Amino acid sequence: MFAWLFWRDLMLAWRRRSDVLATLFFFVIVVSLFPLGIGPERETLRTIAPGVVWVAALLASMLSLGRIFGNDYQDGTLEQLLLTPQPAYLIVLAKVLAHWVVSEVPLVVIAPVLGLQFGLSQNGLAIVVVSLLLGTPVLSVIGSVGAALTLGLRAANVLVALLVLPLYIPVLIFGSGAVQASVTGSSPQAWLLLLAATLIVSLVFAPWATSAALRISVE
Amino acid sequence: MLEVINLTCVRGTRRLFKELNFSAAGGELVELRGPNGSGKTSLLRILCGLATPAAGEVRWHGRSIRSLGEEYSASVAYLGHQNAVKDELSALENLRISSAVSGQSLDKKRAQEILERVGLTQQQNLPARVLSAGQRRRLGMTRLLNSTAKLWILDEVLTSLDDRAMNLSREFITNHIEQNGTAIVATHQDLNLSVPRIQRLQLS
Repeated sequence: MFAWLFWRDLMLAWRRRSDVLATLFFFVIVVSLFPLGIGPERETLRTIAPGVVWVAALLASMLSLGRIFGNDYQDGTLEQLLLTPQPAYLIVLAKVLAHWVVSEVPLVVIAPVLGLQFGLSQNGLAIVVVSLLLGTPVLSVIGSVGAALTLGLRAANVLVALLVLPLYIPVLIFGSGAVQASVTGSSPQAWLLLLAATLIVSLVFAPWATSAALRISVE
Repeated sequence: MLEVINLTCVRGTRRLFKELNFSAAGGELVELRGPNGSGKTSLLRILCGLATPAAGEVRWHGRSIRSLGEEYSASVAYLGHQNAVKDELSALENLRISSAVSGQSLDKKRAQEILERVGLTQQQNLPARVLSAGQRRRLGMTRLLNSTAKLWILDEVLTSLDDRAMNLSREFITNHIEQNGTAIVATHQDLNLSVPRIQRLQLS
């Protein structure tokens, strides 16, 4: 069941590629605007790089949150999913995982290319990728709580931002902290461990909250 | 055996029905009638466990459906106003994937047989986006055919179906009841079913 639902979401995303590409382009454009706006001083760029990449990733992933449950809610698939004899926890996990693969993994893949514009060293680029790999699943899974709570509401996008952005702050601090550490030459290990801890805690607890929120929204 | 005990439903500030009691055993059809807005859909959603009642309880074989949880879900097939059909997938994919997700995998041949029964053989590889309202409804109905659920909860099944498809859905419901299943059907039209035990429930 888990595998089928995951596979179905990937297939649906592939058939609606334009949605996914829009998020990716948003990320690319936001990150690229900074070097153009600030100018070519290497030192400045290198200082702001961690923050810029992470803030852009955060905003891009927030843009895509509506897609996790939105379509399924509108065509009635969501209520059928909740009526299947499977725990809602697994349904949420499958959908969040699919969302991560579809919307966040492309950001992680393209981030090192964008990092080159900021003159990051090879080591810095590697840390960008690692920190994003650990941090973006947290964005998806925490975002799913907000997405589930605002299903079917007007101005859902604005509400999601208000609900979810405060919860994203630790991820932003840990993620950009890791990259910053590697840029200034100290070890990013502590930051990465904090990110990993956040990932584990949110993976355990957030899907429960999401399934409870889904039941409320469907009712 | 489904039992409804003192069920009360409140939507916003309006009370739709209060202290509703009935029960339905295997082999029984419950025909649910009532004007628009009388709470038919709300009642059905409470019965399948999607919504919670303001008061009262629904029991399945003597146990509250709240405590049964997923065990109850396995015994229920619900067909609501929405068909739960994915526009981007073809009819065949829709049927196979929705079955697999609900835990009853279908091979291609069996899925094609089911689509043939509802008259969608020609459309099986078309994306559901291009199907007509009636064809989408038929596709939604296929979910019932592959289900092992004892209890069918159907909301306005006959909407947007042509005569042939209406007869077909009558046939499906009759078969289900003959196999000792239970069906609860909200409808505005006469179902005209020739089953021995029909219970008519009027919401006002």
